[in-house]
Amino acid sequence: MNDFFLNSAAAGVVLSLASYFIGTEIKRRWKWPVLNPLLISIVLVIGFLLLFRVDYDAYNESARYLSYLLTPATVSLAVPLYQQMELLKKNMAAICIGILSGVLASLCSVLALSVLFRLSHEEYVTLLPKSITTAIGMGVSEELGGYVVITTAVIIVTGVLGNMTAEQLCRVFRIKHAISKGIAIGSASHAIGTAKAMEMGEVEGAMSSLAIVISGVCTVAGAAVFAGLY
Amino acid sequence: MKYIRQFGIILGVTCAGEACRYLIPLPVPAGIYGLVILLALLAFKVIRLEQVKEAGTFLIEIMPVMFIPAAAGLVTSWEQIRGILLPLCVIVPFTTGFVMFAAGKATDYMIEKKKGKRDE
Repeated sequence: MNDFFLNSAAAGVVLSLASYFIGTEIKRRWKWPVLNPLLISIVLVIGFLLLFRVDYDAYNESARYLSYLLTPATVSLAVPLYQQMELLKKNMAAICIGILSGVLASLCSVLALSVLFRLSHEEYVTLLPKSITTAIGMGVSEELGGYVVITTAVIIVTGVLGNMTAEQLCRVFRIKHAISKGIAIGSASHAIGTAKAMEMGEVEGAMSSLAIVISGVCTVAGAAVFAGLY
Repeated sequence: MKYIRQFGIILGVTCAGEACRYLIPLPVPAGIYGLVILLALLAFKVIRLEQVKEAGTFLIEIMPVMFIPAAAGLVTSWEQIRGILLPLCVIVPFTTGFVMFAAGKATDYMIEKKKGKRDE
């Protein structure tokens, strides 16, 4: 099975797509918020790899055409953003302050909890970029001397968590405007959360995309400052 | 042909983003540069929305699937995570919710404030 995956350009993609399809079907049938299609498909893929003793690297290599599309897909986020340009211009101040609040909230809460749990400095800086998009977060963690592998894992878990809970949390927190929901989701859970924001609505999706960009860039500067605090 | 053309434009912008990534020594990924470039091209009417719309929308729609390979990679980092698993189980969910709360509420507040001013 491992050899097959190593030599197949489709097996990894098929496995991923099939798991996601099963995930959406399960979600459709039971509609329970924890039954997030992305979470289900991740569990299914991991289960499959363990069951059939396929190395992760073999699967990842075979699924590379999926990962390949990630950069063009990120670029495409400009499309919904452009469509909401008027709304963006009209609410520029609110949006900027919202995203900055999110960035500060992230850095401060990681600092406070790291002190509380007596994490080492290396562990602390590993977690600082946890809310931003993977590629930026990895760079920040590396530069500050964190454990990049853990940063990547934490960023992905944060994203999946955001994707799973965004709709419910926005309701619980009584976040009212579609713009605010999008900003909240993008600031807290980057591109993986944005996938959910896109399902919630055009405005949510566009604002969430914008939040990825701005919060990512702000965190590069903010994390460097916060790294000196603990 | 329309879709090939659209996908071609998006890939071209992606390529420009990769060039920025290559030339600028910042931890900013190519996709983010590309997003900003495409937005600028659309805003300055160099590219019309119809020239990228369908392909772009399709890519965004299937985006969740693209995260599966990376997320399944969590199995390989298990050894390193095990040591700080307990603090992580608190820190990750708490901060994620807290950021959503802070960013959402701050934006709501600002929008409401502006609206109030306009109504006066």
